[in-house]
Amino acid sequence: MSAISVRDLRKSYGTDEALRGISFEIEEGEVFGLLGPNGAGKTTTIEILEGYRTRDGGDVEVLGFDPERAGSAFRERIGVVLQQSQLWPNLTVAETHRMFAGYYEHPRNVDEVIVLVGLAEKRDARVKTLSGGQKRRLDLGVALVGDPDLVFLDEPTTGFDPAARRAAWDMIRSLRSLGKTILLTTHYLDEAEQLADRLAVLREGVIIREGTPAELTAGSNETEVRYREDGQDVVVRTTEPTKLLQRLTTEALAEGRELEGLSVRRPTLEDVYLSLTAEPEE
Amino acid sequence: MRLLRHQLKWEQRLFWRSRESAVFVFLFPILLFALLTAVYNGHIDGRPASWGLLAGMIGYGAANTAFAGLAITLVSRREIGILKRIRATPLPPAVYLTAVLVSIMIVFAIQVASLFALGRLLKSTPWPTHLLSLVLSLVLGAAVFAALGLAITGFIRSLEGSSAVLNVIVLPAAFLTGSFGPTRHYPKVLRAIGDVLPLKYLLDLIKGIYLHGQQFWDKPLAIGVLAGWGIFGMAVALRTFRWEPREG
Repeated sequence: MSAISVRDLRKSYGTDEALRGISFEIEEGEVFGLLGPNGAGKTTTIEILEGYRTRDGGDVEVLGFDPERAGSAFRERIGVVLQQSQLWPNLTVAETHRMFAGYYEHPRNVDEVIVLVGLAEKRDARVKTLSGGQKRRLDLGVALVGDPDLVFLDEPTTGFDPAARRAAWDMIRSLRSLGKTILLTTHYLDEAEQLADRLAVLREGVIIREGTPAELTAGSNETEVRYREDGQDVVVRTTEPTKLLQRLTTEALAEGRELEGLSVRRPTLEDVYLSLTAEPEE
Repeated sequence: MRLLRHQLKWEQRLFWRSRESAVFVFLFPILLFALLTAVYNGHIDGRPASWGLLAGMIGYGAANTAFAGLAITLVSRREIGILKRIRATPLPPAVYLTAVLVSIMIVFAIQVASLFALGRLLKSTPWPTHLLSLVLSLVLGAAVFAALGLAITGFIRSLEGSSAVLNVIVLPAAFLTGSFGPTRHYPKVLRAIGDVLPLKYLLDLIKGIYLHGQQFWDKPLAIGVLAGWGIFGMAVALRTFRWEPREG
């Protein structure tokens, strides 16, 4: 059964079309990544699914609810990490969790959640004394305290240093192993590749590619050949690498020279992403 | 009901733990009363000056706590994203706002009790007699100021300016309506401005009850004007109150 089902979703802000009819399905227990540059419509999409925004068109079903009209029963089952939000500076980590736990019918054990997000040592520290990364983990803990089936993470690691990002990734993987469905937005490619079972690339309000990270790179059949000629780097992208290499090596052999720095490479997800998001609009 | 009790408990903890709210909202009117009674002597309206100042400071406390204090709390929570975050939980918005309002009423009630106790201690002011009338007046007054406080949050764009804006409203209003002493000798224009402000009518009620032994229902005009301001505040709040911060 689908945890989230989106068909032809549209949203405009004035004359600006933020979403131009996007569709996707997220299965239960799946980690789905919504990837795209800033302003592509990621936050608009996630906030419509969370119930913060109304849509202009299309059908949306989240855990069987229409988020636009859903109430407490829907919110019992979702956990939300907003892109930007702070919590009360004067409460401690444990108090903040206890306060939120009180909003749910069947909350998780607060101490377990604090351990899960790696804040056990900061349990009794005031929120204002936490580092940026610790505050983000607190956001995650508070999102998990209601024991949600579905977790929304809007750019969960933006602004993190590399070590904090790795720690956050481990945490998100552990959520996945708990069987939670996760919708994640990010503009970091490696994050999507590391965490998402499937992902959709969003650009200017349209999904331009969707699939597993492997499918996305397989979808591109170009190979990149690099070598150096007269001290200049040459990069050739080709769909017929065999033919190209044959020509290059034959010429080089005939002239008795070496193809310096020759390399042949399959495109990475990053190459695919950059070429997709840089394509001019048709 | 369980949710309301839960939220109320945390609202109280949040209030008293924040030095800003505990000092500026709760303590400030009490300090001001101690100062003013030390410098004013003689009589106001045929009663010892300290009695009138006590009544005046309760009115000022209502405006400072239920209007300014509430508005600052809500604007700061809105701008850092707490209100938006709360909306994603099963806590119903109406329960949340009710808890915030009841919490601020509790703070105001403690403030009023402290003012009476301090007056008693410093100047032997009497305890209030018509308790029911006093409570009705204060609940009405605090509710009106809370409605106006909710309404004004829609017009305050950032946290930085909020306490300045609110003090520019509350302090002159308190001055013009006689919280800090009689307005009889003010120029006509200033008195005319004071005469339309809700604080003036709350002070009428409190002074009538505390200084002149009247009852709540002896002042239908004051009740009517206050109710009008309260309805106006609610109507504006329903149109302008926002849960989400301004987009950056």
